[in-house]
Amino acid sequence: MDGIHDLGGLAGFGPVEREEDEPVFHAEWERAVVRANTAVMMAGLVNGGSFRHSIERMDPAHYLGSSYYEHWLTGLTTVAVEHGLADPTDLEARAGGRFPLSRPDRGSPPDPDGPDRSEPRFAVGDRVRVRVWHPLGHTRAPRYVQGKTGEVTRQDGAFSLPDVEAHSDRRRVEPTYSVRFTARELWGDGGAPGETVNVDLWEGYLEAAP
Amino acid sequence: MSADAHHHPAPLAPVEARVAAIEAVLTEQGLVDRAALDEVVRHFEDDLSPRNGAKVIARAWTDPAYKARLLDDATAAIAELGYGGPEGGHMVVVENTPTVHNLVVCTLCSCYPWPVLGLPPAWYKAPAYRARAVREPRVLLAELGTRIADDVEIRVWDSSAEVRYLVLPERPAGTEGRTEDELAALVTRDAMIGVERR
Repeated sequence: MDGIHDLGGLAGFGPVEREEDEPVFHAEWERAVVRANTAVMMAGLVNGGSFRHSIERMDPAHYLGSSYYEHWLTGLTTVAVEHGLADPTDLEARAGGRFPLSRPDRGSPPDPDGPDRSEPRFAVGDRVRVRVWHPLGHTRAPRYVQGKTGEVTRQDGAFSLPDVEAHSDRRRVEPTYSVRFTARELWGDGGAPGETVNVDLWEGYLEAAP
Repeated sequence: MSADAHHHPAPLAPVEARVAAIEAVLTEQGLVDRAALDEVVRHFEDDLSPRNGAKVIARAWTDPAYKARLLDDATAAIAELGYGGPEGGHMVVVENTPTVHNLVVCTLCSCYPWPVLGLPPAWYKAPAYRARAVREPRVLLAELGTRIADDVEIRVWDSSAEVRYLVLPERPAGTEGRTEDELAALVTRDAMIGVERR
């Protein structure tokens, strides 16, 4: 989805602030989030795609205004509620205040019953164009490359398509590639010379460049 | 409660109270094996570290055959030193040269090679880095004190699928004769992400 998580190229953010000797966790509650998230994963309630999508569905203002472990907290709690393990009213009573959750899942899996494919259709050096479809559900094709043309630089083997696993119990495997885009292709006249962006993409995101 | 209360949302519960609430619910549901979960947290804090990646880099600087294996099949070469596991199962190492500088980002979330770099720092997961690294990498690096000459190509790697990236920096000049351990001490986490070049 073209959500707030899909940040590549978005303007308006300030400097990157690095913290000297940053600890792994900044507070005990962050460890508690990791514990709770691991419990939800070990219970088999989420996979990589559905967990990421539970965060992508956060209210945009909440997403930008909260830290990464609060994203995890919001996502894992949304998953627990959607599986009937937790009740929002009960959670708010226990927490003593508002407990914002993510918005409903609006996605649908693309061709979930299609065959697994592991034989790559594209070769290194091929010119490919990223399809344009802006799904309402989960995808790993960032908005900034949709419709853009690049060159395959690496074949990376076949993996479960996140767009399917995020929205169903089915799994569909496709080859993946690293695709190189010039900054000029991505950002037009605003793209700097001497810069490329290399994006890893599933085969179904791609078509042969015209 | 006054009628007015219905028109205003309740105050946001503190994040600590929200975490405690869901952890209590998951515990009541029987999903919490506290000893196993504490071990996961301990593993993240104690076992995963950029010191692991630094040993990989120092080995590549001192052993040309190892460097060749690292660039050919990074997952297997990193496993030779004992590192692997979640978020490190499909590794690619990208090499800095006098004419190429590499920079790693995950614009969609926070993908990062845990076994060799540990959990990512907050800035790597923050919107400013994820938004700007792909749009204006040379400007961003200069802001961070890393000036990349205009004739050096910058390759940004957006970790959007299963591969996780590690940058192989150039061996610093004047380090001839140093031991592998001494060289590893020179390798910074930020150089292995690509926000430093040294």
